[in-house]
Amino acid sequence: MEKNSLLIDDEKLLKEVGVDDHFHDHHEGDPYQSNFFSKYVFSMDHKMIAKQFLITGMFWAVIGAAMSVIFRMQLGFPEESMTWIKPLLGKWIVVDSAGVGHLATEFYYALVTMHGTIIVFFVLTAGLSGTFSNLLIPLQIGARDMASPLLNMLSYWFFFLAGVVMFLSLFVSTGPFSGGWVAYPPLSALPQASSGSGMGMTLWLVSLVFFVVSVLLGGINYITTVLNLRTKGMSMWRLPLTVWSFFITAIIGLLSFPVLVSGFLLLMADRSLGTSFYLSEIFINGQALDNVGGSPILYQHLFWFLGHPEVYIIILPAMGIASEVLSTHSRKPIFGYKAMVISIASIAFLSFLVWAHHMFMSGMNPFIANFFVIFTLIIAVPSAVKVFNWISTLYGGSIRLNSAMLFAIGFVSMFISGGLTGIYLGNSAIDIQMHDTYFVVAHFHIVMGVAAFLGMFAGIYHWFPKMYGRFLNETLGKLHFWGTMIGAYLIFWPMHYIGLAGVPRRYYKFDVFDTFSQFAELNQFITIVAVCTFFLQLIFIANFFHSMFFGKKVTTKNPWKSNTLEWTTPITPGHGNWPGNIPTVHRWPYDYSKDGFDFIPQIQPPLAGESENH
Amino acid sequence: MMESVHKDRIDYRNKIHPHKFALWISLGSILMMFVALTSAYVVKRAAGNWLDFELPQIFYYNTFVILLSSVFLQMSYKGFLKGKEYVYKYMLVAAFIAGLAFVVMQYKGWQALHQIGIDLSGNPSGSFIYVISGFHALHVLGGIVALIMALVYAFKLPYRPTYKRKNRFELVLHYWHFIGFLWVYLLLFLFTQ
Repeated sequence: MEKNSLLIDDEKLLKEVGVDDHFHDHHEGDPYQSNFFSKYVFSMDHKMIAKQFLITGMFWAVIGAAMSVIFRMQLGFPEESMTWIKPLLGKWIVVDSAGVGHLATEFYYALVTMHGTIIVFFVLTAGLSGTFSNLLIPLQIGARDMASPLLNMLSYWFFFLAGVVMFLSLFVSTGPFSGGWVAYPPLSALPQASSGSGMGMTLWLVSLVFFVVSVLLGGINYITTVLNLRTKGMSMWRLPLTVWSFFITAIIGLLSFPVLVSGFLLLMADRSLGTSFYLSEIFINGQALDNVGGSPILYQHLFWFLGHPEVYIIILPAMGIASEVLSTHSRKPIFGYKAMVISIASIAFLSFLVWAHHMFMSGMNPFIANFFVIFTLIIAVPSAVKVFNWISTLYGGSIRLNSAMLFAIGFVSMFISGGLTGIYLGNSAIDIQMHDTYFVVAHFHIVMGVAAFLGMFAGIYHWFPKMYGRFLNETLGKLHFWGTMIGAYLIFWPMHYIGLAGVPRRYYKFDVFDTFSQFAELNQFITIVAVCTFFLQLIFIANFFHSMFFGKKVTTKNPWKSNTLEWTTPITPGHGNWPGNIPTVHRWPYDYSKDGFDFIPQIQPPLAGESENH
Repeated sequence: MMESVHKDRIDYRNKIHPHKFALWISLGSILMMFVALTSAYVVKRAAGNWLDFELPQIFYYNTFVILLSSVFLQMSYKGFLKGKEYVYKYMLVAAFIAGLAFVVMQYKGWQALHQIGIDLSGNPSGSFIYVISGFHALHVLGGIVALIMALVYAFKLPYRPTYKRKNRFELVLHYWHFIGFLWVYLLLFLFTQ
């Protein structure tokens, strides 16, 4: 069916029904963009801050992923000499008398730890929600900027500072922290426990405290902006799902990150003030410590009270982005908009009631474990509602299979695959076999690692035109998608089998376990695919920076024929986003293929004879 | 800076100033930190190996000091609104002094703990008192810095109850009340445990 295209004159609509907030009347020079530093470095413009978050996130993604490539080489090829990488890693490659170089065991643990910390916090929290919350919240709710541009700038710079401290810790002579990204005591509490537990752990803690400050400053701003600065007509039920997801993500962050800070506070006291919150009856190097009365499990409770909501802090923005991209590029309203919002909210609520499913094997009372099993399994309900709605949105749509859409569909695929294994792991009985195996590694990499990355890529391909006024190269984008999608499944699918057989995660090598020797080839296969998939990402990075300067130029304001407000701004919006009036909103953002019109933007007042209006 | 962006929006639409709203949200975050600490206290206590002792009296007396300080600040705020410049200025000074007194008396409280043999690095039951009250005292110190800024405004600038200054004052006021009632919560928690 040929759909009519509504003839929309944005400029005219903005002039006639927009809100004149006199923004440009008292315009005494633009303090935001007056010189190089205020425009590109200490910028208070939300769009520039979004780009800063994105590019810093990409920097960390390369480092974090490169680390995984190095330890995958150890896991896939434990006997091969790694002398060739000695120029980069220096003393962490130990060369024996025969000239064969091996990865130092402490450094293997440090790599695993840093890989987790960097990807979870710096890439998938700051790089994902930092980027898109900043870019999209003001643009999609019709605001000039965030509620407090100053706090917003500070949020980025605290993140930057956290990054600098973490980066420094990579170069400390005793190595970065190596006790796992969860930093359980006593390894994290006793500086003498391992080489990375000294200076490396101190820097790790300092870095993460800066990071939490960044998340809190950002979150305060996102919530305040969404609740206070929506334009006229933009009721909560007319918010795009992206904004809903960023909003609820910020709420989760504000409630859970402070708990992590409290856990860290007690950890710092144990490390430097001689308290025993997490320590009791410990022997180290044959010597008894005089710490008595503490409990390491206490730390686990505090950590996972953040840790579990954290996985939703990572995945909810990806869900929001995928919803928006799927709806726009299948030219259909999102299926079950309110159900989507309620699902996001109930996932957020439930995320606070399930933390102890990370601790089933910590010796907790099995009756208490039951409580956590039930709430964990209930999360499958809103998750399934979302998956059903995404697929229903695609059903019968006029799908455009561009890179953004492919990544959004890839996100749904990964979320299903990873979500299903979550149902296994959520059972405390099955967890007796599965805990700390590669099954867990496969589960969370697919459901929150790869899925969140795919959601982020969908967002980057979709909103790159808004960020830089140019398109990313589509051919490279599709190559990037198929390579990443196939690579990710080939890496993580086999890990389920390895994990079912009981192969533990975090081990340096398995040569003393005869029963695991059958997986040697599978491990080699995973490593080879991981290396290929890593180098494939460099295509994306090249595409990103090349397209920023030389990509195909955007020539119309609304290249995707999307309904949301960011596409009513100029192609490259300046500070304040709209040169004249800010738009008023007359409908929800998902009027696609309605009443014979291909799309009806949110700024369009009700049309004569239009059917029910949202 | 922010005023240049949103000034007019606030006039016609917002009931609550975004700064104040942002403050309330951050108070929620601060509350979560203390909820976490007190929950940790409950969990650790249930795990056994716990030393019971009486909290020194001075912590109870000190509660009156910080509540009194809140009352002074509220009176100062009323004075500010009603144009009673002297009430505004000198009640602000009184609130500031009471706030300082609270921190000093908390320090005395820690000394009293030390005297009954409860040290920072002993059984976690004692360490918790130090860490919880110490972390709270840090937040009080943050409030004292805000009070100093309010004092500078009060004594350096000519008295003018503008919307902007009222709003600034309310930020300090709400934070200070929050810190006071947070201490009441912490003390009641420690008392009932």
